[in-house]
Amino acid sequence: MKTARIPSLATAGVLAWALAGAATAQESKVVLKDAPGRDKAMQCVACHSVDYIQMNSAFLDKAGWTASANKMINAFGAPIAKEDVEPIVNYLVQNYGKPAAK
Amino acid sequence: MKNSVVSESRRRLLAGMAGAGTLAAVAPLRAMAGEVGSTGALGFAEIPDGALAEQLLYALPGKVPLIKKTYRPPNFETPIEYFRTPITPNNAFFVRYHLAGIPEIKAADWKLAVGGDSVGQELAFTLDQLKKDFEAVEVTAVCQCSGNRRGLFEPHVPGVEWGVGAMGNAVWRGVRLKDILAKAGVKGDALEVVFDGADHAVMDKTPDFVKSLPVEVALDENTLVAFEMNGQPLPHWNGFPARLVVPGWTGTYWIKQLVSIRVISKPEGNFWMSTAYRVPRGKFKTPSFKSQVATANEPITTMVVNSLITSLQSGAQIARGKPIEVKGIAWDSGAGLASVEVSTDLGTSWQRAKLGRDLGRFSFREFALSIPTRERGSVVVMARATSRTGETQVEQLIHNPAGYHHNVIQRLYLEVV
Repeated sequence: MKTARIPSLATAGVLAWALAGAATAQESKVVLKDAPGRDKAMQCVACHSVDYIQMNSAFLDKAGWTASANKMINAFGAPIAKEDVEPIVNYLVQNYGKPAAK
Repeated sequence: MKNSVVSESRRRLLAGMAGAGTLAAVAPLRAMAGEVGSTGALGFAEIPDGALAEQLLYALPGKVPLIKKTYRPPNFETPIEYFRTPITPNNAFFVRYHLAGIPEIKAADWKLAVGGDSVGQELAFTLDQLKKDFEAVEVTAVCQCSGNRRGLFEPHVPGVEWGVGAMGNAVWRGVRLKDILAKAGVKGDALEVVFDGADHAVMDKTPDFVKSLPVEVALDENTLVAFEMNGQPLPHWNGFPARLVVPGWTGTYWIKQLVSIRVISKPEGNFWMSTAYRVPRGKFKTPSFKSQVATANEPITTMVVNSLITSLQSGAQIARGKPIEVKGIAWDSGAGLASVEVSTDLGTSWQRAKLGRDLGRFSFREFALSIPTRERGSVVVMARATSRTGETQVEQLIHNPAGYHHNVIQRLYLEVV
């Protein structure tokens, strides 16, 4: 069902947490590694918990993480600014990428 | 990543053993169990290090602790101990969502709309009307996520890194979809039937999760709109108040919280049909969804034959003289199981296991075989299910980009001491 009408990322984040139900409190325990680019990568929480990132590590290289980011933007409509894509991908490759790809 | 070093060395060990064809390297493998949802401990390739380190047991409301893959959208896997019976309990049944907006629906408020350009008239049904106006029927059937065992793919592919528990078997009670569609009247030009649930995305631009079936599958007598599971109302996380049940077909088609059915004369073109849930053309012998076939790929359709040994853990020690009790479950897409065979000599010879009670051709079927142990040393236990059409499990993974249809034969490493 199409029901959500979300004007901006900021409110979307709040709504997403409200919709998440009982696992919300647990979700806050999932912490991304503290490294440059983390703040940009945290935009992902608008749509999903960030355990998706740990779960998909550490086997994607730069091309793999770029494909994932592009899928989120192009297929799923994630409102990520163009200039944020590279820092996000770099953060993912550096912290959750295939060891040889760093 | 607390376990990365251990996992890496374990992976090398397993890879080495699989390749060498010798059992000399098995001995150091003792302490493999203990990590939540480890597939290495079950005699498979291990899920990605990051997935293994991040997952834990967590109980959603109304559920027992399940293996948490992701919190939001919720993706939770059934631990192996619940597969030691052929029916999976409702409170242990796996949870899989694509979109984070999951409403709580009151049974009294729920309505199912039936429409589309290929029906004679649009109709809507309340839950009471479904229960009163149609014949209630039951089917015992396996619901398995298309990506069950994706985490076992080598090389790994992105997605929810499921172990072996994105599946369950239940007695589904509801009404036949064909009876509902008959009331609306299906026109001769009907091609597909499209299903939408009440779940929705957080972002307006995210494609809503909508799936279609070939009209002949929708009209199959086993395709149900189910409102009960194992004698109880559906759990919230499994589609309350009503969901689609498509025996033999992978879970992606089993739309939860079903609210809309449309019979249409053209192929459904949304992202979840045209792009997601596709397998390379010709790689699998499963039937084609003809109106959805593209040049390079086609939708996943029915499940491949598979089995799971549930009684043993890799690395376990068995006292010499005591038998190895090999027990588990097997399933396929509805032909029914012809046999489950067990090997303890790396597949050189196979012994037939005893099959348990037949709960129907779409159900899990139990198997059991007791193997005497006479000598000390390492043993590899394998199980291989074969369906009544002769389809059997594969020795080598059929790799595909989205990580579907993993039915590689399990290899459990035991030590007789």
